[in-house]
Amino acid sequence: MRPFDYYRSDDPADAVKAASEKGTLFIAGGTNLLDLMKLDLMTPNRLIDINRIGLDEITPSDDGGLSIGTLVTNSDCAADMRIRQDYAVLSRAILAGASGQLRNKATTGGNLCQRTRCYYFYDPDMACNKRKPGSGCSAIGGANRIHAILGASDECIATYPGDMAVAMAALDAEVVIEGQGGDTRTVPVRDFHRLPGDQPDRDNILESGDLITHVTLPAPAKGRHIYRKVRDRASYAFALVSIAAVVEMDAGKIASASLAFGGLAHKPWHDPAIDDLLTGEAPSEALFDKAADILLADAKGQGQNDFKIPLTRRTLKAVLREATGERS
Amino acid sequence: MTRHLKMDTPATARLLDELPSRLTGKPMDRPDGPKKVAGKATYAHEWEIEGKTFGVLARAPISKGKLVRIDKSSVESLPGILGVFSEDRFLRNPAQGTANEAPIQGVSEISYFGQPIALVVAETFEQARHGAHMLELVCEADSHGVFDPEANNISPEKPEDDQLDQGDLDKAMAEAAFTVDSTYRTPNHNSAAMEPHCSIASWEGDQLTLHGSYQMVKYNVNELADSLGIEPEKVRILSPFVGGGFGSKLGIAPEAVAAAIAAKEIGRPVCVTLTRQQVFENVMRRSESRQRLRLAADETGKLTGLGHECLVSNLPGETFHEPVIQATHFIYGGENRRLSIEVARLNRMCAGSVRAPGEAIGMQVLENAMDELAHTSGIDPVELRKRNIPDTHPEEGMPYSSRPFAEALDEGAKRFGWDKRNPEPGKQREGEWLIGMGMAAAARVNMLMESKARVKLKDDGTAIVETDMTDIGTGTYAILTQLCCDMLGLAPEQVDTRLGDSNFPKASGSGGSFGASSSGSSVYLACQDIRGELARRLGCDEDALHLNGGKASGSGQEVSLTDLLAGETIEGEGHIEPGKTMEKVQQATYGSYFAEVAVNAVTGETRVRRMLGVFGAGRILNHKTATSQCYGGMTWGIGMALHEAMEFDPRDGHVVNNDFAEYHVPVNLDVPQLDVVLLEERDDWASPIQAKGLGELGLCGAGAAVTNAIFNATGVRVREYPATLDKILDGLPELQPA
Repeated sequence: MRPFDYYRSDDPADAVKAASEKGTLFIAGGTNLLDLMKLDLMTPNRLIDINRIGLDEITPSDDGGLSIGTLVTNSDCAADMRIRQDYAVLSRAILAGASGQLRNKATTGGNLCQRTRCYYFYDPDMACNKRKPGSGCSAIGGANRIHAILGASDECIATYPGDMAVAMAALDAEVVIEGQGGDTRTVPVRDFHRLPGDQPDRDNILESGDLITHVTLPAPAKGRHIYRKVRDRASYAFALVSIAAVVEMDAGKIASASLAFGGLAHKPWHDPAIDDLLTGEAPSEALFDKAADILLADAKGQGQNDFKIPLTRRTLKAVLREATGERS
Repeated sequence: MTRHLKMDTPATARLLDELPSRLTGKPMDRPDGPKKVAGKATYAHEWEIEGKTFGVLARAPISKGKLVRIDKSSVESLPGILGVFSEDRFLRNPAQGTANEAPIQGVSEISYFGQPIALVVAETFEQARHGAHMLELVCEADSHGVFDPEANNISPEKPEDDQLDQGDLDKAMAEAAFTVDSTYRTPNHNSAAMEPHCSIASWEGDQLTLHGSYQMVKYNVNELADSLGIEPEKVRILSPFVGGGFGSKLGIAPEAVAAAIAAKEIGRPVCVTLTRQQVFENVMRRSESRQRLRLAADETGKLTGLGHECLVSNLPGETFHEPVIQATHFIYGGENRRLSIEVARLNRMCAGSVRAPGEAIGMQVLENAMDELAHTSGIDPVELRKRNIPDTHPEEGMPYSSRPFAEALDEGAKRFGWDKRNPEPGKQREGEWLIGMGMAAAARVNMLMESKARVKLKDDGTAIVETDMTDIGTGTYAILTQLCCDMLGLAPEQVDTRLGDSNFPKASGSGGSFGASSSGSSVYLACQDIRGELARRLGCDEDALHLNGGKASGSGQEVSLTDLLAGETIEGEGHIEPGKTMEKVQQATYGSYFAEVAVNAVTGETRVRRMLGVFGAGRILNHKTATSQCYGGMTWGIGMALHEAMEFDPRDGHVVNNDFAEYHVPVNLDVPQLDVVLLEERDDWASPIQAKGLGELGLCGAGAAVTNAIFNATGVRVREYPATLDKILDGLPELQPA
């Protein structure tokens, strides 16, 4: 761990101001950042502790949705009665991630900023374009069973490991960001994370000194809320594939559908063409296969992770069966 | 005084069954438990020692080659740095268990990625770790590293003692009614103990004290002294609490030697603790294996031939190899046999003992092959095993000591409801889940090791037990206390058991499941020694002496123990040695496992729904800690079956999944309520307390019960461990909507 300055802020505006210096990072739960700092993989000069700036409540918004403060912990968010009733997919996704101890520390804004997971990113002696742009990608041709099958580039094949953001992508939530100079902007969760392209060092669209202040959920989406996570052990493992689905049925047809996918790409994956395909149709195996065809049209395995392609198809079809079938 | 016993003849006197208190065997709570839950049990890293500094090992960034130069100036100006050390006495890798001498030393020759080649010492752990990351090393890589044990261009060694060719296996296979010829592979495992490996070295003049996390103190003293080039008398090791060992803390390791060298140099204590990543990179691995199993059976399922041919690996120069076929030699009959082990030399971290070396993977795969034979022959798996229990050792011809193998199979089948299993795979379904049952046998060799202990019966009628034996979470404090209580007629609070100090009498240490019976026997003998003296004072035969509740009686008299002690402390020493009973009979422990799994027909994910283990291990010394050992072993079995594997980069052989997020040991949700049944047994051939080893029996085939259940559930036979979903997926039926 490289020596760093530490500053504790007690106010969002003060925190943003304090973050104007280059090499500054915010710290909330620290569940990912501290691990990375211990390994010298992230080496901030200065940490702004934002745990006491407020923004730790879930409040109703004007359009009938909810506004989740950036410092609401994963545990509190998942347990909130409004989230459990109206945004069950989000509660389920959060509870599918990490462990109880980690969820008690992890925060809403911090969790969005969780770095991609890759063995080689986590090893300072390995070439990694994300850690050291231009050094190469060791995961290509290496141990890549957990890596991306969608949206990867020749520079990086890492996956975004989180669960919460996958559900937020399905719900079409938005991230509220306060930037340097006091401007506030809003970015859909679906556009918050990036694909690696030729700049894999950037996981998301945040600029230096940007502070996530809230995540807003639109008015509740009707229908079944499903989060299905497939992983190597029953708990405390990253998703090989995960699917968040909010599907409403009406008179035997799919009235609306919104799906997002984890474990497949550098970001929570959302393809509007899948939602469009399903909407208005009667559920059938053929329809579900078509949805999988769209999702996996450009899927590319790296060798060890080829199995993710059939696994994703099977899982997607099972989720759609569950979402559209008779209630048991 | 010393009471010495060499086990040349069976110990038919079962004194522990005749003593009044009969605490031995009872599920007594660990005396060290309250300390542990209150954080008052001091583990190696936690010792507060005046002037303590911290060292972190720096890794070789290549897999094979030479260390040319270390640029110490790259870190010397960093805050808190006290020095950078690297020299020829550094250890390449930990010593193997019971080595009793230094392992291969030196830093200039690099044999595997991550080999520790320097130690950076600083005022704080964080500073030292940062220094270790920043230290500039100039290495010259040799491109001829070997990372694949099955590569065509290498010729594995064939250790002479591990090539058995008896009869004609090929002929037996050709003539058999039923055959199995299958090749399985098991991956590398790390012990993944909760407590990272740690040593604090401090010097007073030329006297070295090491607070370390070690399992076998008497050997560790000699290994450390030999590594440093000093006399063993100058070394004291303290290891009273060990946060999990599983074999990974058997031999002295690089951190201890580096700490001692640096501490001497800077004149302050140095604490070196491995980071979690280093635990995966530097600690002994269980070798991967390729195992070809050939079974030939007649129409009744009786084996006529048995082949178990294995390929394992280790670093160049290491004498240890995974003894995969250890239990195959004796568990089943079959007159035509070919059992062999080959060893490939790899540039991968050292292979050594990981809990139940040999049987953990050997029994696992043998029991898969037996399941294949059961399926092929249509004979029930339990019945098939019973038919193949040999009368005498199939190779050596000697008889067996106590062997409740058939009993464990029958008892397990009855308790588990085995008769409800449908032998045809893939027939039971609950929604998306395919349900199956599987079973496997357990077997593990039994060993007794030389061990010494001292017991002091103080004038106030309380006792102190002293031995350099360790408690690695297994319950040693409890069982030695119980034995002493029974032998001297005391209550648990009257006995203070002290362990893990090399100044105490030299014990077996913890390893190979032999710790409890070996050190337990030494305490038993030490107490007998005291009983002899008390009997003499009372004027009765030792056999007639009766000790209970602070009273001593015999030959019609009864006096209080304190009167008999008359203000003196009586000291007894016990010394047990293995003898001819090890050769005259085949000693082993046995059992059975039964598992029910659910395999998701969509994703191939497996969940173990219930699991039972029935075990016979001679006298059980503490029912609670013994049961816990079995729970732990079966949990390991679940992990080995389903998801535990070290993964390596194919290009440089470094381990990639080096933390608990990516190296998947089972978590609570993976493990159902486990049931453990301990059979009532006494083995007079094993030890004077009729106990055998138990610490490893829980995982000597456990994983096979799970994978055999997967086959029963799905019809998919996974022959490449672990049975992760990707290996099951292809064989699953396409799921149609209900």
